[in-house]
Amino acid sequence: MSALEHIPEIDNGLLRFITCGSVDDGKSTLIGRLLWDTRTILADTLHAIEKTSLKRGNVEVDLSLITDGLQAEREQGITIDVAYRYFSTGRRKYIIGDSPGHEQYTRNMVTAASTANLAVILIDARKGMLTQTRRHSFLTKLLGVPNIVVAVNKMDLVDYDQAIFDQIRADYQNFAMQIGLGKVHFIPMSALTGEMLVDRGDKLDWYAGPTLLDLLEATPSAHSERDERFRFPVQYVCRPLRADRPELHDYRGFMGRIESGSISIGDEVMVLPSERRSRVRDIQLGEISMASAGAEQSVTLLLDDEIDISRGDMIVKPHQLVLVTRRVEAMLCWFSETSLEPRRKYVLRHTTREARAMIEAIEYRVDVNSLEHHPATGLAMNDIAKISLRLAQPICADSYSSNRATGNFILVDETTNNTVAAGMIL
Amino acid sequence: MSSVEQTYRGRRTLSHLDWLESESIHILREVAGQCANPALLFSGGKDSICLLRLAEKAFRPGKFPFPLLHIDTGHNYREVTDFRDFRAAELGERLIVRNVEDSMAKGTVVLKTAGESRNKYQSITLLEAIEEFGFDCCVGGARRDEEKARAKERIFSFRDDFGQWNPKNQRPEVWDIYNARVHKGENIRAFPISNWTELDVWQYIQREQLALPSIYFAHARPVIRKGSLLQPVTELTPAQSGDLVEEMMVRYRTVGDITCTAPVESNATSLAMIIEETATATVTERGATRLDDQTSEASMEQRKKEGYF
Repeated sequence: MSALEHIPEIDNGLLRFITCGSVDDGKSTLIGRLLWDTRTILADTLHAIEKTSLKRGNVEVDLSLITDGLQAEREQGITIDVAYRYFSTGRRKYIIGDSPGHEQYTRNMVTAASTANLAVILIDARKGMLTQTRRHSFLTKLLGVPNIVVAVNKMDLVDYDQAIFDQIRADYQNFAMQIGLGKVHFIPMSALTGEMLVDRGDKLDWYAGPTLLDLLEATPSAHSERDERFRFPVQYVCRPLRADRPELHDYRGFMGRIESGSISIGDEVMVLPSERRSRVRDIQLGEISMASAGAEQSVTLLLDDEIDISRGDMIVKPHQLVLVTRRVEAMLCWFSETSLEPRRKYVLRHTTREARAMIEAIEYRVDVNSLEHHPATGLAMNDIAKISLRLAQPICADSYSSNRATGNFILVDETTNNTVAAGMIL
Repeated sequence: MSSVEQTYRGRRTLSHLDWLESESIHILREVAGQCANPALLFSGGKDSICLLRLAEKAFRPGKFPFPLLHIDTGHNYREVTDFRDFRAAELGERLIVRNVEDSMAKGTVVLKTAGESRNKYQSITLLEAIEEFGFDCCVGGARRDEEKARAKERIFSFRDDFGQWNPKNQRPEVWDIYNARVHKGENIRAFPISNWTELDVWQYIQREQLALPSIYFAHARPVIRKGSLLQPVTELTPAQSGDLVEEMMVRYRTVGDITCTAPVESNATSLAMIIEETATATVTERGATRLDDQTSEASMEQRKKEGYF
């Protein structure tokens, strides 16, 4: 992939991915290399990196410095938070969720993985699979990231030895089977020298598969893989009542984003939780009508009948029902420095709906390193557990494994208003 | 790699601009759904011009569920403030303008020198406006690709009752569930185009055929070379003795306070030409245009902690 000299006609959408690994695995170098080789790094940024490289005594420009963060982080020598980075190949736009390797790792990786459609798991070829590789893989699986690439990095430091790559691949495949990961791609590479990231290089001739960028370009974007059930959480109801536009007097537009599936004018729909039925009279964006719309499009739906619908309701198709429930079993990741207190009430926010929630039981806590289950009475920051919740109002839920958008929720502490946990409905 | 490529051919994929547009509309509607009294910051600049189009797509045929708010430093180009007023009137939406000069008169803003850039003092006037109207959320056109402090900021960014951003204590933001809950006096800054790059903005402006203030296009202007930047010669920024004033073809990549925003050399008189230049640019937007950010590597982070947008 060369410099973006002209805006090409092809637009293959947008892909969000994360990179999992620590600085030692060459994660920052990998990101720096992708940005550099796709000509995303511009002269003034490079100049700043050159200066810092020199200051730190490096002769060559250290690409990993591109991901150097905030002053507050440099002062403490740690990375605090997920950073988002952008590049484009002209065919596709990319958003990288770059989560730090050490402090608060689970919380940050869960945050970054929640919106990712692909995860690059870095393994140092000299070290092979480590505990953190298992942890990254488990979290990737937990968050339902559909595409996984294992990047066996630093091949330059093991003489580009195919046997080492094959061994790591075999080890990982064994582990992937245990935790139920689907298809995994393996790529030998050197982020430092650039082999198999954007360019193939000439040291890894025994590897015939795609480069990392080839894979990124070819990965299906979310929702293009299968037919899904129509889910439309109502965000906002538009009732213009404008004196200057009497024709809009009866206008009731139900505004939201199609989280999955598709809808056409004339389709029968059901509103939940009221179970009232109607048909789609019009689908609009701005004030322009369209015959049909699909997943990830923000639209306005107009229905044939006057039904009372408000924010928090969900519009579905009658033969594609969703579970309306006040009991939820879920995997929960605890974010807050204040521990989970089972007797306290939290606010659960699911799609566009809120409900008071009480923790009924903590079934077990998962050790993210050994993947063993342990009994637990409370949860501390970065803990992951299977829990059951009781809600004051019903929500319209799918299981997270069948629908990421309608299977997730957050918990908010009502006294601080902080987001304290992320949950995935089982 | 044909086997891999075939896995997406023939399947429906939103174009990257459609995806970004839809995400931004979703964010704007969450602001409307969750916040009691929001405002949208509109300066007449290209990013907030995109925000207005997105708000049209999000809320028409209804009125916007928020007024437009501009914090005017008094150092803006006439072309831009005229455009701001024209666009608000054209949309039929309410525009509130609050002036840094009023804060100076009240004594809440005290300049160190008369000709000093008023950019950072916008924070004070903004906080005064938030208090005056009781806004619980301000929608802004900041992008994460602009600067590394922004790269780590949430889409719904919490500010305490001093308007301060604390990078070490941000609310986790997972999936696209946003948490805009605040106590009285606290505030959310919402950034619907967080995930857009400068190039995305220009491509969207072209696709949607959005009107812009004229100074975004190439025009002749007297300038002085200051290092790698061009300083415009204006009443506010007159030439000093010894300065070499050149008449050059320039355009603005970003429009802001006259005293700290530099134009770039350019012959781009159309959006297509601007996009071509943006795609092949060799210097970042801030690097090419901000006379104030050069002073310290972390100056944006510092300003944000003080309540800046």
